[in-house]
Amino acid sequence: MARVSMRVDGVTYTDEVEPRTLLVHHLREALGKVGTVVGCDTSNCGSCTVHLDGQAVKSCTVLAVQADGAEVTTIEGIAAPGGALHPVQKAFHEMHGLQCGFCTPGMIMASIDLLKDNPRPSEHEIREGIEGNLCRCTGYQNIVRAVQQAAGEMSGTTDTLGAQA
Amino acid sequence: MIPAAFEYVRPTTVDEAVQAVAEGGEDVKVMAGGQSLIPVMRLRLAAPSTVVDLGRVAEMRGVRDEGDVLVIGAMTTHAEVIADPLVAQHARLIAEATETVADRQTRRRGTFGGALAHADPAGDLPAVALALDAEMVVAGPGGRRTVPARDFFVDYLTTTLDEGEVLVEIRVPKLAGQWGVRYEKFNRVAQAWSIVAVAAAVRRENGSIAEARIGLTNMGPTPLRASATEAALAGAGASPDAIAAAARSAAEGTSPSSDLNAQADYREHLAQVLTRRAVTAAAGL
Repeated sequence: MARVSMRVDGVTYTDEVEPRTLLVHHLREALGKVGTVVGCDTSNCGSCTVHLDGQAVKSCTVLAVQADGAEVTTIEGIAAPGGALHPVQKAFHEMHGLQCGFCTPGMIMASIDLLKDNPRPSEHEIREGIEGNLCRCTGYQNIVRAVQQAAGEMSGTTDTLGAQA
Repeated sequence: MIPAAFEYVRPTTVDEAVQAVAEGGEDVKVMAGGQSLIPVMRLRLAAPSTVVDLGRVAEMRGVRDEGDVLVIGAMTTHAEVIADPLVAQHARLIAEATETVADRQTRRRGTFGGALAHADPAGDLPAVALALDAEMVVAGPGGRRTVPARDFFVDYLTTTLDEGEVLVEIRVPKLAGQWGVRYEKFNRVAQAWSIVAVAAAVRRENGSIAEARIGLTNMGPTPLRASATEAALAGAGASPDAIAAAARSAAEGTSPSSDLNAQADYREHLAQVLTRRAVTAAAGL
């Protein structure tokens, strides 16, 4: 067993884990962060995507011990403290960027990571940016629209502030 | 699935890493970014007794300029390679190929050195390292040695790394003169491995092609150079016809496999087409 300490969605947890424990299993089973889901066994689907020290990773392909000392953000940690949805969450809701919803946590976490690097991506760049996430309902059209709307809203806010200044 | 149980060691220096590998017994496995290793461990295709995680070895991370050579730490992640200004300036072929590796999340964890040491024939970076005449700096119990890329890749998933050795850094000679580069990759769907890919670097001089270096991905158990095409291009006119003629010999001396994605003869065809495209683009046509 190894002692592992990590800050998850703003709360620090210290636990004894087996080295073979995957980060996603630690999040779900030890910490109760079941918003992050496991959709495949091959590192392809991306539904387990979380942010590790601010970068999107597939938490099924990271050992919990590797995240020792790290800051982890899951889908459960992105809304505002009062419960207001993150702009990307809101856009997925408004643009109906989901059908069954299983891929949605990973899609949202990957999209936030993409928009951080590229605040105004083209449709092509969005499709490339979320290529690590599979939607088996094949609802990609609305997912792309949701990311576009979120990009507009998130950078639009900046534009408005810039115009006022 | 969950990996089989293993002992976990996390060294913080290269010396500690080499020692940990030496003490790890017969079934020790070195883990870089883990993006190939963890999936196979999860499927129980690999069940090492000890995993030596290089993730905290700071000296193996980052890119530095040593005059004529760019030195890339083996633990530099794909995302870091893509964003690195020195790589962009002196080894753009590496950045271009790395952008096609897997997906965004995987590129955050996966590393340059890990991809080379894993030596998957369908991996994108071995052929690039070969085309650029990179050298691998390897540390072991007896000290360090340097292995040219052409000697590093031995067979399917096999390199010249001895059991006790760790790939520390990769020395990439800078391209001097007027070079253009292009990585042309053929795969079916997002995040899929290359069915065939071609890494080309072309130096032009007075309207002709002075020198071409062409690395082939997945045209055999190891990355290969398209030597016949390289020879045909040396001194050739930088014209579409000359390039197309030279590219027809791109599959000479290769031994591609047949699998679910493609038959060997189709891979040979792809090698020719992709070589023509890559060289044409690298030559600025």
